[in-house]
Amino acid sequence: MSACSAPAPSAALAPSGMRDIPVLRERGQREVFCGLTGIMWLHRKIQDAFFLIVGSRTCAHLMQSAAGVMIFAEPRFATAIIEERDLAGMADANEELDRVAAQVLARRPDIKTLFLVGSCPSEVIKMDLSRAAARLDAAHANVRVLAYSGSGIETTFTEGEDACLEALVPELPQDTSGETSLLVVGALADVVEDQFTRLFQALGIGPVRFLPARTSSDLPPVGPNTRYLLAQPFLGRTGAALDDRGAQRIAAPFPLGARGTEAWLRAAAEVWAIDDARFETVVAAPRARAERALAGHRAAFTGRSVFFFPDSQLEIPLARFLYEELGAQLIEVGTPYLHRGHLDRELARLPAGVQLSEGQHVDSQLDRCRAARPDLTVCGLGLANPLEAEGLSTKWAIELVFTPIHGFEQAGDLAELFTRPLRRRDLLRVG
Amino acid sequence: MKLTVWTYEGPPHVGAMRVATAMTDVHYVLHAPQGDTYADLLFTMIERRGKRPPVTYTTFQARDLGSDTAELFMEAARDAYARFKPAAMLVGASCTAELIQDDPGGLALTLNLPCPVLPLELPSYMRRENWGASETFYRLVRGLAGPHAPAPGEARAERRRGPPRCNILGGTALGFRHRDDIKEIKRLLARLGIEVVVSAPLDASTADITRMGEADFNVVLYPEIGEEAARWLEKNFGQPRTRTVPIGVGATRDFVREVAALAGVDPAPALDDEDLRQPWWARSVDSNYLTGKRVFVFGDATHAVAAARVAVEEMGFELVGLGAYNREFARTVRETAQRYGVEALISDDYLEVEAAIEAAAPELVLGTQMERHIAKRLGIGCAVISAPVHVEDFPARFAPQMGYEGANVLFDTWVHPLVMGLEEHLLGMFREDFEFNNEAGPSHLGAHKPSPAPVTASEPEPALAVQADDTAETEDAAAIWRDDALAELKKIPFFVRGKARRNAETFAAQSGAQVITLETLYDAKAHFGR
Ligand code: SF4
Ligand code: SF4
Repeated sequence: MSACSAPAPSAALAPSGMRDIPVLRERGQREVFCGLTGIMWLHRKIQDAFFLIVGSRTCAHLMQSAAGVMIFAEPRFATAIIEERDLAGMADANEELDRVAAQVLARRPDIKTLFLVGSCPSEVIKMDLSRAAARLDAAHANVRVLAYSGSGIETTFTEGEDACLEALVPELPQDTSGETSLLVVGALADVVEDQFTRLFQALGIGPVRFLPARTSSDLPPVGPNTRYLLAQPFLGRTGAALDDRGAQRIAAPFPLGARGTEAWLRAAAEVWAIDDARFETVVAAPRARAERALAGHRAAFTGRSVFFFPDSQLEIPLARFLYEELGAQLIEVGTPYLHRGHLDRELARLPAGVQLSEGQHVDSQLDRCRAARPDLTVCGLGLANPLEAEGLSTKWAIELVFTPIHGFEQAGDLAELFTRPLRRRDLLRVG
Repeated sequence: MKLTVWTYEGPPHVGAMRVATAMTDVHYVLHAPQGDTYADLLFTMIERRGKRPPVTYTTFQARDLGSDTAELFMEAARDAYARFKPAAMLVGASCTAELIQDDPGGLALTLNLPCPVLPLELPSYMRRENWGASETFYRLVRGLAGPHAPAPGEARAERRRGPPRCNILGGTALGFRHRDDIKEIKRLLARLGIEVVVSAPLDASTADITRMGEADFNVVLYPEIGEEAARWLEKNFGQPRTRTVPIGVGATRDFVREVAALAGVDPAPALDDEDLRQPWWARSVDSNYLTGKRVFVFGDATHAVAAARVAVEEMGFELVGLGAYNREFARTVRETAQRYGVEALISDDYLEVEAAIEAAAPELVLGTQMERHIAKRLGIGCAVISAPVHVEDFPARFAPQMGYEGANVLFDTWVHPLVMGLEEHLLGMFREDFEFNNEAGPSHLGAHKPSPAPVTASEPEPALAVQADDTAETEDAAAIWRDDALAELKKIPFFVRGKARRNAETFAAQSGAQVITLETLYDAKAHFGR
């Protein structure tokens, strides 16, 4: 802890909301992705949607580089690259966009929703993508056209999903059934979604719907009788938009690990007044399986120190999981943005005195990390190999976003993502 | 606006990063939003560098716009100097910062940093990665070696006595096999008794750049990146430059002669190499099966042109397509294409390239990471010959593309995706053997077997660019396959099935047949038989 108690000159210490956890706020180089990257999983998740980025060659290059590998099938995203002639006013940018959008839709008649995704260049030149979306929506029957920003000047990594879902909320039909329903919010792996569906069904909670749904034509209804559970911690704006529709959030930690998942399910069970006996009957077996899966990893991980660089806003729930369920020691937990309201139940479970940091000054943070020499550093792809080369074990954060990690059945897999780098280091006999 | 699915080149500032990262003591301060930091992973993940690229990003946000983005830039530049103490600093803007016009170059100069500061103007909405690398390297050379150039009209300083000396130009970070090529070429030059003054930008320091004028001539290995600087050096230091890129046996020998002439030495010691096996490997009888294999070549102009020559003259393939994505070098590609009787495809539109490959129905594609995906989808073998490349194209072993060892490497890598000769015969003879059959793919490629080419008459998912070529597609799809013909088609080994299918459909279209029968299939075979 000593290494992180000296804040950088520009940093200010502020008390966190409910508890006195100090938060180090820094300003400097932020080594994080922009919100465009969310398209990487959203275009797989929403099977009849197409994401058209209105941006530069940089945006297109980011999309193919961040994915690590190019997707074999033709992807449901593309970039409308702004060119010199658009900027010089030789071409009308709106007409150009209409032409490109028509090209996409002609080619993909299966597409039901087209997202126009704003980027830094489109925002700096003040292209109004909401208006463009309204225009295109009117021009193309059978296709819903929406706009949101994934730009790096407005959004960080997973905030792209938040902005996308926020854009969907006004489209959700009004729930007029008068029945209390549960909405699970945040993109989840299909397999995880199915597991949760079965659990809620067994608990007698329902109807249960998911946002985003697998097809965009199948939007869940929402209204004052909707109770929503966040499956992801980065959905501040989506939550606010749902609140505006009269839906109410069920406060809960996030369904990571055995305890996180149990608490998440229990929060819903309380709203539906499910009795303890029933809850136990449903949850006991998968929880026991999760705990068995975690046991070996706990033995390997207890007492290990962990340092989180900011990446996806999943850091706080993950840190809670590592601390509570694997016995890790937390050195610093960095997050690009700390949403106190949505994370209240997570913050309450963190150990006293943990160092949180928000925002980033990457060089100062690297200094703190090097000084602390954690057993495991969770960081982005740009930092992982350089830290490994300095002798630190790392876990690339992006894998935590691309792998099914939620729920009881994935608790062991989640733990494994953290223990594998350490096990590997022990295995290798060459230096 | 241009619809883009995948891009061959990144933006020009990524080219500048490749130069900065290649060098040992340069730092690049880039005015850019946070998401642009993705570019770091190109170097740390794809190239597996153990160090962060020497780049500081200002990562301005929306709330900084209009107020203090300029101040943010100055602060970042000041801090970067204090922290990294570079011997020279590059400053510039990415696409977004270009729009807000803060003038990083002007701002940085006002800081009076105790090191040379080189402003880069890289127009993001017009130019791309290779151009950005070339421009950055040229600026560095002009800025750092320039002060040592003889005044206009003045003669060069007397040549130093001793062995002839050259520079090697063009190697960068993230370059396709640059590390190994340079090592191989240095070895070749050493055999001719030529000394290398500086190899740059890869592994060069700022001080090295200032010494570049000391060489007698320049070896330009990657014209896309090194030619601009070489031209400037030629003009200002009177250093002639090489034009031949030594990829393949023939080109390597031409290169040796060219270099020997520039250096005034005898080429003989480097015209052969005891470890050069490619020519014999190509002549040995088991290579007979390579004869006339239809190959489609696509990449950056330099690598594509070189690969075309090797494919035709050193492997005995038939060239069925040649193209490049960098327009700046289109001329050499067009000339080469003409020499080999194909039409050049100059395009950076992935979908257009995909359509061209599909239409040419090659048996082997020599391309970039993009063509590997196209080939995989079409069930055709593919070897990578050019950037952009993926992590597996940065091998642990020594694997140059250039020089004599490079020629050996080309032979091995290009033959690898093809079915071994004998195996091809066995497949032809026993097409229905339950495990040794046409669906199985090359037996030595178990882990990465190509997906079988589609055998149905209707294409599963036509590519975006097919629009341009709609009519041809509909015509092809018009003839209906009879079941027996389709069944027979399935018996044809996968690596020629695509061609057989296409031939039959073309033949049917030409002869006005509405259905493709077993007869049509064999008529087409006779008609198009090679
Ligand atoms: S940060 Fe901005 S310019 Fe860069 S890739 Fe993201 S949206 Fe595009
Ligand atoms: S696939 Fe196997 S047999 Fe074929 S080249 Fe590679 S290692 Fe050799």
